[in-house]
Amino acid sequence: MSYWRLRSAALALLLLAGSVAGCSSGNAPERVEIRIHYSHFDPSALTVPHGVAITFVLINEDPIDHEWMLGDAAFHERHRHGTEAHHGLRANEVSIAALTTVETTLTFGAPRSLQYICHLPGHEAYGMVGTLTIT
Amino acid sequence: MRRLAAPFSAILVTLALAAPTLACGGLIGPNGAVNLLRTTTLAGYHDGVEHYVTAFEFAGGGGAFGSIIPLPGIPTSVVRGGDWTLQRLVRETDPQPLFFDALGTAAASPRVIVLQQVRIDALDITILKGGGAEIGVWAKDHGFSLPPDAPEVLDFYANRSPIFMAASFDADAAAARGQAIGDGTPVHLTIPTDNPWVPLRILALGKSAAETVQADVYLLTDDRPALLPAPGSKLAEGGLALTHSDAASPQLLSDLRSDKGMEWVPQSAWLSKIAIGATAANLRFDLAIDASGGGKPSLRDAGFAPFGPLPAPPAWNPLWVMLLVISLAVPLGGGWLLGVALRNAGGGRPLAG
Repeated sequence: MSYWRLRSAALALLLLAGSVAGCSSGNAPERVEIRIHYSHFDPSALTVPHGVAITFVLINEDPIDHEWMLGDAAFHERHRHGTEAHHGLRANEVSIAALTTVETTLTFGAPRSLQYICHLPGHEAYGMVGTLTIT
Repeated sequence: MRRLAAPFSAILVTLALAAPTLACGGLIGPNGAVNLLRTTTLAGYHDGVEHYVTAFEFAGGGGAFGSIIPLPGIPTSVVRGGDWTLQRLVRETDPQPLFFDALGTAAASPRVIVLQQVRIDALDITILKGGGAEIGVWAKDHGFSLPPDAPEVLDFYANRSPIFMAASFDADAAAARGQAIGDGTPVHLTIPTDNPWVPLRILALGKSAAETVQADVYLLTDDRPALLPAPGSKLAEGGLALTHSDAASPQLLSDLRSDKGMEWVPQSAWLSKIAIGATAANLRFDLAIDASGGGKPSLRDAGFAPFGPLPAPPAWNPLWVMLLVISLAVPLGGGWLLGVALRNAGGGRPLAG
């Protein structure tokens, strides 16, 4: 294959990639990965825009179950004393079984700051706390 | 660490006496209740074989309770331990009433290899081989509620030795057998290994950073052992104190030798006692022992080399060799050229007059 053919092929690939990227950044939600390792969230601080659907990909690398509970101070205070053994019906209350990945999609209406915390016994005290800033 | 073996006939006996707060050295049962008052561990080492005796005191209640203990190797036998070995060792240095008994868990998970299963009284003992995550999943599948620090702690051990003993204590079965509160069941494991160490970090599992871990570790060795971290040293974070260090009395050795399964106890030995009193946050190491006289307990066995063996010493790779050659050649070659140039210049010109 000549140099010019190679160059044309590369250009075509670049254009194709650009169009795919353009499609994905259209209406599809933005994806944010949060890893859970040794009972800590990574990252433990995130910033996302309001008015845009955000898909949180929660990857539990631990051999124990965890939760990703997103809300304000009053929300967390309630859940510190809650009795629900499993979450999954609400997008901001997610149970993540050991060594599994769960996705949840949320759209935030206005700028504010929330926290994501695991409320399983002892987990918050151990450091399973993160901050989500909505701009 | 074969140095502990044959030539020195090293014998090591370790007795870890956990205070009531140490209940469940490993894991806590499904209902979160702590019904095991005290864990006790004895590890004896002689000619490449570790004798590991542990026992828990049952404090009442129902259901199942468990514990997982990391081991330095695969046991060749798991049997009921002697009846009074542990008590006798304690009495030697610390004469006070003691109770022993009651261990915790056993079963099988997808990627965990179950090496051995033994029922001793109301205890189900399972010897497992697997990585930290696999052991964690196995424990979860078998009803254990693991604390949030379990993933890291299990990896801490599994990366050095993937062997664990899971013991579950069936309180209902104990009651049916007529076992009373305070009754115990000692378990004796025989573990061929050239790598003995005493697991300490596991004692802090599930505790908050500020909680104190208290335990006594007894060592019986042929000679005065070298320990890492050394009690009182900075590495020990002030959590270890050597409170007894002397030749073991002939009477003690005789008493130990006469108990069931304790025939291996030698004719002479050195008895040490290390008192552990550290916060859970600081107890992030194990106790490595070199009883060979070499004085070099393993950094890795103490858990100071994180997650796996110490890195190999840097090898000579071609790039480094080339850089070294260049770095030497440039000044030497330059000096030689300068010398030649000066010589030539000097030869063409009169030095004086």
